[in-house]
Amino acid sequence: MNIAVLVKLVPDSQAVVKIGEDRRYISTADLNFVLNPYDEYAVEEALKIKEKEGGEVTVFSFGDDSAQKALRTALAMGAGSAVHVKSEGGSDMLGTAKSLASVLKDRGFDFVIAGKVAIDDDCGAIGPMVAELMDIPHVTAVHSLEIADGKLTAKRDIEGGVEVFESSLPVLITAEKGLNDPRYATLKGIMMSKKKKIEVVEAESFGSKTEVIKMTYPPSRPPGRVIGEGAEAVPELVKLLKEEAKVL
Amino acid sequence: MNILTYIESRGGKIRPAGYEALSLGRELADASGGKSFGLLIGNGVEGLADDVKKYGLDKLVIIEHPELEGYSPEGYREAVLAAVSDTGAEVVLLAASAMGRDLAPTIAARLDAALLPDCVEAGIDDGKLTVTRSVYAGRCMMAISAVSMPVVLSIRPKAFTVKETDENAVEISKVSLDLEGKIRAKLLKTVVEASGKLDVAEADVIVAGGRGIKEAENFKLVEELASVLGGAVGASRAVVDNDWRPHSEQIGQTGKVVSPTLYIAAGISGAIQHMAGMRTSKVIVAINKDPEAPIFKSADYGIVGDAMEVLPALIEAVK
Repeated sequence: MNIAVLVKLVPDSQAVVKIGEDRRYISTADLNFVLNPYDEYAVEEALKIKEKEGGEVTVFSFGDDSAQKALRTALAMGAGSAVHVKSEGGSDMLGTAKSLASVLKDRGFDFVIAGKVAIDDDCGAIGPMVAELMDIPHVTAVHSLEIADGKLTAKRDIEGGVEVFESSLPVLITAEKGLNDPRYATLKGIMMSKKKKIEVVEAESFGSKTEVIKMTYPPSRPPGRVIGEGAEAVPELVKLLKEEAKVL
Repeated sequence: MNILTYIESRGGKIRPAGYEALSLGRELADASGGKSFGLLIGNGVEGLADDVKKYGLDKLVIIEHPELEGYSPEGYREAVLAAVSDTGAEVVLLAASAMGRDLAPTIAARLDAALLPDCVEAGIDDGKLTVTRSVYAGRCMMAISAVSMPVVLSIRPKAFTVKETDENAVEISKVSLDLEGKIRAKLLKTVVEASGKLDVAEADVIVAGGRGIKEAENFKLVEELASVLGGAVGASRAVVDNDWRPHSEQIGQTGKVVSPTLYIAAGISGAIQHMAGMRTSKVIVAINKDPEAPIFKSADYGIVGDAMEVLPALIEAVK
C-alpha cells in the first residue's frame, strides 16, 4: 500500500493567539508550532495500515520552510519519506490544494490521508479539494475504517447518527479524533528522522481567489458572576434564569 | 449575484440549517440585485417543495435519483453542478453541517471557485461577497472577501436567523442526472442514534459535564437535566479522552463549536480549548467546586459547589 499523508504546522492548541500589527493575520512571534493534532491521527493511521499491509508512507506539507518542522515530526513518528511542497507566497485553500495535487498526482498513491481540519484556519477543505483535483473519491471526518479486498469501509459522524461508506481505491480520507491513538516519537525515531533528507519541490503558484480584509477579537463576554454556593444556590439560579435571562 | 441555495434534507425533512441558508440566499440576492434559486436533492424529495414557499425563491431546482437517496460526495457534487448549469448561479450557498463541510470544498474544487467556509456573518460589501468566520477555534474572527466568481459559501448552523417572506408560487425545474459509474465512495447505510437524541451542534440547551462529574456512571445526572430542559448532553475533552462519553459530544477545539441559548457547564474548569467551543452561548451557567476555576470568569451565573450535589437539586427545581 503506497500511502500519502498531508500535514500542516499550526500553533499549539493552548496558544494565546494575538493579532499582528497588520490587523489581518496573527502575530507568530511567541507561538509554539506543532503538527496539527488531526494530522497526528492521519500519520498514525498511515503507519498502522503500512504495518498491516506493507508499503510506504510519504508525508507532504505545503508552505514556507517552517513546514519542514511538521514533516520532521511525522518522520520521527515513523513515516518513511517526506516532501516539502515549497511556497513563499500566500495561497488560499484551492491554491494550496492545487499545488499539493499537482505534486501527488503522478506518484501512484493507493491511499491519501489528511487531518479532518487544521486547528488554525478551521477550514477542513484541503482534503476534499485534493481528492477532487486528483479525481479520486473521498470520505471525510472518518473515525473508524477497514481495508479489505481492495476496498475501504469507513465510518463518519453526522448530526445524530453515523454514516458508513464503501469506496474503491485509490481514495482520500480525512481523519477525525477517535480513529486511533497517535504514537509518540521515540528517541530512536527522532534521531533517525534527523538523518532523513526531505525532498523539496517548488510549488507551482495558483494564486488566491479570496482576500483577508481584517482580523478582530470576538466580542468579550460580560464579567462572570458567582451567585452562591452548593445546592442552596439552586433556587436563586432558577429564578435568575427565568426572570433575568428569560431562558427557562 | 444569482445565488443557488442547496436546501439540506434528510429522512424526508428539511434540516433547520436548510431554512437558515434559504433565508440568507434571499437576503444576498436582494442586496446584490440578483436572483435566489433553491435546490433539493434526493429520492422522493419533490413533496418538500411545499415547505420552501415562504422564502421568496425565483426558482426551485429538484434533482431526484435512486442513488441520491443518501449522501455521497460524488453524487451530490454532480447534482449541484447540474443545478449550477441549469440556473447560471454564481454563488452556491449551503449549511456547514456534516454534509456541507464535506460538499462545499468538493464543489469549489470542481467549479474552480472561491471557498468561504463555515461563515457566521455574510453580506455584500463594495460589490464583493464578504464574510466573517471564526479561526483559531474562535479566538479570532476573520473577515474575508471573494475576489472572483464563482463562490461557494457555507454557513455555520444556528449562526443565521430564519426569515420567512410572503408565500409565493415557485417555478419548479426538474433536472435529470446520469450517475452511471460516477459514485465511487458510496453510502452503505446510516445508523441513526436513539430517536429524539439531539446533536449538540443543533441544540438550544446544552448540559455539559467535565472531570467534576467524577465517573461515567454519574453522567446520568447530566443526561437527566438535559432531558428535563429539552437539550443535549455535551462533554469536555477530559471526559471524552477517558472514554466516559463519545467524541460526538465533545465541545471545544478538537470537538464541536456550539452557541446554544443556555449552556450549563457542570464540573468543567474552562480550559482555553473548551471556552473556544462555547463562548458564543447566550447564557452560560457554571457549576464547579473550585472557586478559582477559569470558567467563572465567563459564566453569567456561577455556583461554587460539587456538581454531584448541585445537579440533583437543579433537576428537581426545573421539574
